[in-house]
Amino acid sequence: MDVIVIEAGRAERHYWLDLWRYRELFRVLAWRDLAVRYRQTVIGVLWALIRPLLTMLVFTIIFGRIAKLPTEGNAPYALMVFAGILPWSFFSSGLSEASNSLVNNEGLISKVYFPRLIVPIATIVVAFVDFLISFCILFVLMGWYSFMPDWRILFLPLFALLVFLTTVGPALWITSLNVKYRDFRYIIPFIVQFGLYVSPVGFSSSVLPGQWRLLYSLNPIVGVIDGFRWCVLRGQSELYLPGQVAGIAVTAFFLWFGIRQFRKSEKSFADLI
Amino acid sequence: MSEDAVTVENLSKSYLIGHRHTSKKNFRYKALRDVIGQEIRNFARKAAAVARGQQIVQGDEIEEFAALSDVNFSVKQGEVLGIIGRNGAGKSTLLKILSRITEPSKGRVILRGRVSSLLEVGTGFHPELTGQENIFLNGAVLGMSRREIRRKFDEIVAFAEVEKFLDTPVKHYSSGMYVRLAFAVAAHLEPEILIVDEVLAVGDAEFQKKCLGKMNEVSRNQGRTVLFVSHNMDAVLKLCTRAVFFESGRVKLEGDVEPVVSHYLSSQSASARLVDLSSKPRPDYIAGGRRVRLVQASPSNSESSWSLPFGQRLSLDLAVDAESSVNEIEVFVEIYSLRGFEVATWSNTCSGVKLPLRPGINTFRIGFPELSLLPGHYFIGISLVGKDGIEDYINEAIFFEVVSSAEAVKINAQVLGGALVPSATVSILD
Repeated sequence: MDVIVIEAGRAERHYWLDLWRYRELFRVLAWRDLAVRYRQTVIGVLWALIRPLLTMLVFTIIFGRIAKLPTEGNAPYALMVFAGILPWSFFSSGLSEASNSLVNNEGLISKVYFPRLIVPIATIVVAFVDFLISFCILFVLMGWYSFMPDWRILFLPLFALLVFLTTVGPALWITSLNVKYRDFRYIIPFIVQFGLYVSPVGFSSSVLPGQWRLLYSLNPIVGVIDGFRWCVLRGQSELYLPGQVAGIAVTAFFLWFGIRQFRKSEKSFADLI
Repeated sequence: MSEDAVTVENLSKSYLIGHRHTSKKNFRYKALRDVIGQEIRNFARKAAAVARGQQIVQGDEIEEFAALSDVNFSVKQGEVLGIIGRNGAGKSTLLKILSRITEPSKGRVILRGRVSSLLEVGTGFHPELTGQENIFLNGAVLGMSRREIRRKFDEIVAFAEVEKFLDTPVKHYSSGMYVRLAFAVAAHLEPEILIVDEVLAVGDAEFQKKCLGKMNEVSRNQGRTVLFVSHNMDAVLKLCTRAVFFESGRVKLEGDVEPVVSHYLSSQSASARLVDLSSKPRPDYIAGGRRVRLVQASPSNSESSWSLPFGQRLSLDLAVDAESSVNEIEVFVEIYSLRGFEVATWSNTCSGVKLPLRPGINTFRIGFPELSLLPGHYFIGISLVGKDGIEDYINEAIFFEVVSSAEAVKINAQVLGGALVPSATVSILD
């Protein structure tokens, strides 16, 4: 028989087991968010395609045509931009939606027990589905420019996993902070907007002077975007390995830190929300 | 099986709450300077809280509030425990701790068995999703597996009586349908320990009866341990075997359900000779802008209270507030036993008296010289009916007690219930 002991400050001994037990709820919450996402919209799931497409157009015109920044090798500028927009838009929507997820599910949090980790992660999974849908555009673009990928495209799933983990860490941290200090609701759109310009979304990270490259790679999204471009653009520019290592290290740190912070404040969520 | 399913030891929970300085007498006009000074102080305090990683509390003064202090009790396997007490006595906090939603500040709880808690019906329902989708969603929220839900799906739909609307988003449901569906899902949970908060306060009378029946079935026939919080003493008496009475965060009394409930009720009624009726809850159909309303009730005799010795007759003074003069109003008084059975009814029409109302407060004295209530607890429902229908209605307006007396012992009253009919006649026929 299950015996549950509830005590002040007692760490949940079966936390990860509990998380596994509640996988059904995880599935259902993700499904709910997906099912509701585009209800009562006119063009529905097309939104997942239109948003990145429009961003790509604007960036190609501003950075490629007006600022005349170089592309990578001989790859079309639009394709290079889109390979950056894909992971970036997942990261930004994952971060902003996850950070509000607990507050939006206040009813659940204050009325039922479950490992709270489920809620933000389910939200990120939903953003991940949008991300997968926008891959269609990538393939259409490749066809349009008759730009065929080579064997490097096989590494794409690895980088997709990397961007997922890169999102989860900071998202968990900010989510738990947002419950306690609602100021983050106003800070996050700011972070996301700011991040768009410090990350190499609209331009190639090879435009940076070499000595700054490693420092720049401490932004974990830089490594992810470089990786995406390397996979999609047949390695027009070589993968900058020290940068990749730095990016992965930062991601791993944030993942550990995010989960730790989340679990530390998890028990007081119902009181604070 | 006599092992305790739930053990609660020295449980305490406190919250930080903030107060705002409200208009103190000599401080009615706040100068801008004061407001700015206050804001700066508050900001400094919040910044300090953030730096220390503590929560921020709105308000000018912060106080620690003990919602529960040093609570001890246990529940045996298969027992149905009623948790009663006034609003703010700590019942809901206790349930939140038991369902692991919030953490206690001190103390310990041991739960032996799978726990499901039902603090609200329809938790997690999403208005955009259809009835069918919401059954699966709500089921998962309450801890059911998909297979379990699928197995019980037809039963749930039949119980909720929403077959025709399964593919309609629940935002188009009537509130009754919504509540029925929500309760139906919850009623088909199969935990070993069930924690329920006030779910019966929803739906129409018919459905409430059905819910009560289902709860009864769950506890009696299936041998589950149930913890049940309610303000409905009738439901508590019907369902529970034992009860715990909470008062300001502490256990006041624990034991068999009947004595605990009567203690609770008499503590409620004894506290005020003058019952303030204006703040009592009314049913929804009584609109806010009533022209005539019940204001106050008190026992007629200035030295008597709501605790009458057997033999003394019930008599009460009733104050009614009228906005304008009313030609005729009908006053109904209904007396119920603790378990909700109607024991006696009266209206002024039966007495052949017309009651007009002047604008302002009108007071009536209503006496029941022939009514001989046996020792026990009763409550009174009062309604006012004008020519356009019900003007005001309070279901549980007054609680009162008839206590045993020498006369009661003489007639062996403890084995009898309800009202005695002293004027009844009997004769022997051949």
